[in-house]
Amino acid sequence: MTESQVRHPSLDYMREEVLPTAFCPGCYNGILMNALFDAFREIGIRDLKKIVFVSGIGCSSWIPSPYIKADSLHTLHGRAIPVATGVKAFNPELEVIVIGGDGDIASIGGNHLLHAARRNMDLIVIMVNNLVYAMTRGQAAPTTPLGMKTPTTPYGNPEEPVDVVNILVNTNANYVARWCISNYVQLKNSIKDVLTKYKRGFRFIEVYAPCITYVVRRENKSPGEKLRELMKICIPYTRYKSLKPSKRRNLIPVGIFKAEDKPGFIDRYRSFVNRLTQARE
Amino acid sequence: MERMFLSGNEAVVYGALDAGCNFYAGYPITPSSEIMHLMAEELPKRGGVFIQAEDELAAINMLIGASWAGARAMTATSGPGFSLMQEGIGYAVMTETPLVIVDVMRAGPATGQATKPAQGDIMQARWGRHGDQYVPVLAPSNPQEAYNFIIEAFDIAEKLRTPVIMLTDEFIGHGREVVYRRDRSRVTVSTRRKPQGQEPFFDSKDPRIPPPMPVLGEGYYVLVTGSTHNGYGYRDVHSFETHYKLVSRLKRKIWENISELFKYRVYGEPSKARTAIVCYGSSCRPAIDAWMKLGNPHVIVVKLNTLWPIDYDRLSNILANVEKVVVPELNLGQLIYDVKVCVGRDVKVVGVNKVGGGIPIYPSDIIRVIK
Repeated sequence: MTESQVRHPSLDYMREEVLPTAFCPGCYNGILMNALFDAFREIGIRDLKKIVFVSGIGCSSWIPSPYIKADSLHTLHGRAIPVATGVKAFNPELEVIVIGGDGDIASIGGNHLLHAARRNMDLIVIMVNNLVYAMTRGQAAPTTPLGMKTPTTPYGNPEEPVDVVNILVNTNANYVARWCISNYVQLKNSIKDVLTKYKRGFRFIEVYAPCITYVVRRENKSPGEKLRELMKICIPYTRYKSLKPSKRRNLIPVGIFKAEDKPGFIDRYRSFVNRLTQARE
Repeated sequence: MERMFLSGNEAVVYGALDAGCNFYAGYPITPSSEIMHLMAEELPKRGGVFIQAEDELAAINMLIGASWAGARAMTATSGPGFSLMQEGIGYAVMTETPLVIVDVMRAGPATGQATKPAQGDIMQARWGRHGDQYVPVLAPSNPQEAYNFIIEAFDIAEKLRTPVIMLTDEFIGHGREVVYRRDRSRVTVSTRRKPQGQEPFFDSKDPRIPPPMPVLGEGYYVLVTGSTHNGYGYRDVHSFETHYKLVSRLKRKIWENISELFKYRVYGEPSKARTAIVCYGSSCRPAIDAWMKLGNPHVIVVKLNTLWPIDYDRLSNILANVEKVVVPELNLGQLIYDVKVCVGRDVKVVGVNKVGGGIPIYPSDIIRVIK
């Protein structure tokens, strides 16, 4: 096989006509995309006809729109989850996947996240946590670490960041996981989990992937150096918990925090619709 | 035909169900809540979907998702909720998503008087969103019209692939009277067309006819975006041509269908008229009553059923002979500016304005201004 005939297997799931992507060189979004496509391939999903992607505004929201060859709704800033809820509620046969950033999902869309989790809405939500508002030039986000300098926090961030996973574990959500972008295999397996083993209810995966341009470069690190660092600082949350709080600084607890198979909104709603429509007949 | 005793809010629900509405998402707000209550009761029985959203932002966006999944979707709200929905309505305009929004108007701004009627959202219904955008606005004046117009709203939404706004108010919403409900077989509502072959989903040769609309999950691989896009949905956030072509087509889609969209009724003979009363919504009741009490052949009533788009040429023609126009409104004067552009400078245009406290415009208020 000559070089020109080598085809990247991920292209099967992509709109080739829009490549190359608009992501910065070294951006970790590409790793997430590959994890997603590897998961599809390993499960045996050939095309994405029955999968609908919904995204909001932000760098990671561009992953499905326009790069993934599937139906995709690129919605308003923060509103991906309600749009996805509308799609799923009206046609439960579709698998609806939301991909968005920390600003989109945890800040402007934070209320929708909380209530979709409470509703145990049958959605897969992948939140790419890049620590800043990258599309608008790296301003502080709700996930920005305390003290970090950004254009809107020139003297260091005075606010504590939010731990979305910690919040969602305490809701009615079925599946809650966090992986760093360096945990490629675990991330891919989590995506396979929520597409096969845990097929209902609210399923949330946070992908910790600091922005190459506005976080990593400012730390004077290359994308590769940062990946090697993440391999060290992203530790299983059980180990993290066993550490004294003073030793936890700069460490990121990862893992599957919750995995259940309770009925989600769709099953609950369908059960009373069925009861009512039978009563009518 | 079924004879029912309904409030305007209930009439909206029966009209919507008869028009095939199968998705409702909303958030409770006075004085529109009865629409939500009855939908919560009726939709699950018919296999439809009802969701109580966490806020109005979620509600309007759930409608957008459902509509792309193939639903006939609607929501109802009032002033403060309508304000929150504006961004979503703008997205629906840009992505050509059919949906129906009912605003049961109450006295504003802000929380205002939640239980009291008003007609203060006329301009917001037209111009509440940023950017160039045009949304048809209907205004029924009683429960029977609320029933009829909501069916029409669904028809326009499907036919033109656009959001449609229906403005009622607390008087209509909570006023209860006889409504004739049509047999389902006699209700006809357009259905959006699916694309054939390589047809674009976001462009059409004839701007009066919207492009076909795919349904999610059927292999169209549709790209929907609120950013400027070409005919196939690909983002183009740089070129003048793509943006200008898109927004001007969206404008023409509404304005070049104006002869079908702009509906009104004239009481009296315009050729003899010296005085006209121009009214809409619940203010038409006192206007028509005043006209009947006066019994003057030189007085006419122009009742606007459509508040946007307004056919200024047609309105000008009707008002061609008048010397005076009276515009009763439950606000401080909003539609009066449309009337002013339709008449000469020598014509006196007088507003009859009341708002707050649930005090209606009385026929005597209008008669006093005419005499």
